[in-house]
Amino acid sequence: MSAHEKICSAISAANDSGRTALVPFITAGYPEPKDFITTLKSVASVGDVVEIGIPFSDPMADGMTIQRSSFVALQKGVSLKWIFDELDSVRGEIEAPLVMMSYLNPLLAFGYEALADRALGAGVYGFIVPDLPYEECAELRAALEARGLGLIQLVTPATPEDRLKILCDASRGFVYAVTITGITGGSELPIDLADYLTKVASHSTIPVCAGFGIREAKDVAAVGQYVAGAIVGSALVEVLESGEDPKPFLEALT
Amino acid sequence: MSTLLTAEEARKLLDAAINGNLPDERGRFGPFGGRYVSETLVPAFDRLEAGVKEHLHSSSFKAELQKELREWVGRPTALSFAPRLSEAWGAEVWIKREDLAHTGAHKINNAIGQALLAKRIGAKRVIAETGAGQHGVASAAACARVGLPCRVFMGAVDMERQAPNVDRIRRLGAEVIAVETGDKTLRAAIDEAMREWVTDPDGIYYLLGSAVGAHPYPYLVRELQSVIGAEARQQMLDQAGGLPDAAFACVGGGSNAIGLFYPLIGDDIELIGVEAGGIGDGLGENAATLATGTPGVLQGSYTIILQDDDGQVQETQSISAGLDYSGVGPEHALLQATGRVKYISARDNEALEALEELCAMEGMLTALETSHAFAAAREYAKQNPGKRILIGNSGRGDKDMPTLTKYPARIR
Repeated sequence: MSAHEKICSAISAANDSGRTALVPFITAGYPEPKDFITTLKSVASVGDVVEIGIPFSDPMADGMTIQRSSFVALQKGVSLKWIFDELDSVRGEIEAPLVMMSYLNPLLAFGYEALADRALGAGVYGFIVPDLPYEECAELRAALEARGLGLIQLVTPATPEDRLKILCDASRGFVYAVTITGITGGSELPIDLADYLTKVASHSTIPVCAGFGIREAKDVAAVGQYVAGAIVGSALVEVLESGEDPKPFLEALT
Repeated sequence: MSTLLTAEEARKLLDAAINGNLPDERGRFGPFGGRYVSETLVPAFDRLEAGVKEHLHSSSFKAELQKELREWVGRPTALSFAPRLSEAWGAEVWIKREDLAHTGAHKINNAIGQALLAKRIGAKRVIAETGAGQHGVASAAACARVGLPCRVFMGAVDMERQAPNVDRIRRLGAEVIAVETGDKTLRAAIDEAMREWVTDPDGIYYLLGSAVGAHPYPYLVRELQSVIGAEARQQMLDQAGGLPDAAFACVGGGSNAIGLFYPLIGDDIELIGVEAGGIGDGLGENAATLATGTPGVLQGSYTIILQDDDGQVQETQSISAGLDYSGVGPEHALLQATGRVKYISARDNEALEALEELCAMEGMLTALETSHAFAAAREYAKQNPGKRILIGNSGRGDKDMPTLTKYPARIR
């Protein structure tokens, strides 16, 4: 099984046991770099796949919560290289497949070949790059797929149907269905979610996970009617911000 | 992604630029440019690109724009010979007077063009970012003129140093949103405008103010600003009896510079872009992107940016809000890589001195941004006596009074 297929199968395994798969998002090294691995292990003990956010100076697709966490992590010296070093130190100890969410520039600066090598070694099986649309992604995709890693495509309610099909076909690991037209950290899900998520799921042969605006158990249940998984970002980062243990919060979601 | 061009590649790309074949259909100026935007905005960019293709060069749009430029903006702007500066510098100095355009800067050329385009493609409202406030003022005025609501994002730092423009924007009927995130200057204002745009990609038209960002903005803004260089070229022939030896423009994002340079790139003229040298050469002490930056993706475009080894974008420093930006338009990145345009920098104090000299010698209070171009031109004149020099005077300096009052005038 290639690395990106491991992401698919982790999500499917949750569904097979009667649950909506949970994909928690944490900003790497937030709120304290020294607690990164502890937090990651705690989150990974509940999550089926864990999304690790790479802090960036210009998080254009993110709302205040993730902007703030990104800024603090950068201030405290978190970098992609540091994150890989930390992940290497616990290699084999985390069961859930990891994916990274990063804006393009830190990946460009790291170099695509080096990135793919380090990712495979560290158990990072997929990448989500919010400012890299399909038309610009060939180079990164090739570097990742040469190692069996996946580039996860995002689709949104604004995506036209013909494009939706192209993006679903290109996506590896899962398809990231953005629930709203807007940035992360929204307070509620739109009411016409059913048609949209059903449409995305019908185009995809791999699992679809919905993200943006998912804060509570009822949100996870709402998207779980139509798609395989739910991504919880800003709400979880708020829990980390308050210094609480993320585990009970995540356990209460499914 | 290598950006080092071989001599052969550079020559081919420069030919393509001169022949009007750039950007290519993917929005690339050679290796630079492109469209790095979130998936939510892809359909909006597709619509914008289709709108640009349909209208920008159509005869009805051109006629409408020409009429507005003539009757409302006040074009053509004057080309002024500068007799006293010429004598002092030992050169023949000509100044292209964008400060005389409506609202006081070149920004209006782009703002009215895009506002007319927004109307044609059926936008319900307009958003814009602003650094020095000139683009905010121009956008507010243009939107009032065409009858579209307008919201302007402005960094909190810039709101303080360009306070007169904040009030002007509001009086022109636009809403000003203070940006407290990121570096609280132009870059943060663009980020925040993009965040607003994704909330309603169908209804909002984003009126971007510089030749930066994702395709088609660098192209669209260049086309609308090229009126500067096209007029200046003809005026030099008519008034000076020939083209200049060298032309200077300040470069932040680079809209006035590309507007002046683009119609001149096929001529035998030295073209020199002047960035903000701030207070020193260290990372974070200036906004000299092309002089000290490296290739990367910022705000939708692969271009030269100020960043650290980890790809984190660095904050900048400049006395002028309009040049205080960590990126630069992708076409400038290409013009530098091909060697066609030389990019240098002038420091805060040099810009201030140049501003005072221009006031005292020619009776023009120019913008702090523009003053950087004058500072570099003066230095060039010193090294190259007897040259004919054209300077793009991109805007007037009234907006800078809150900053200038902190520095006592040294020339009496």
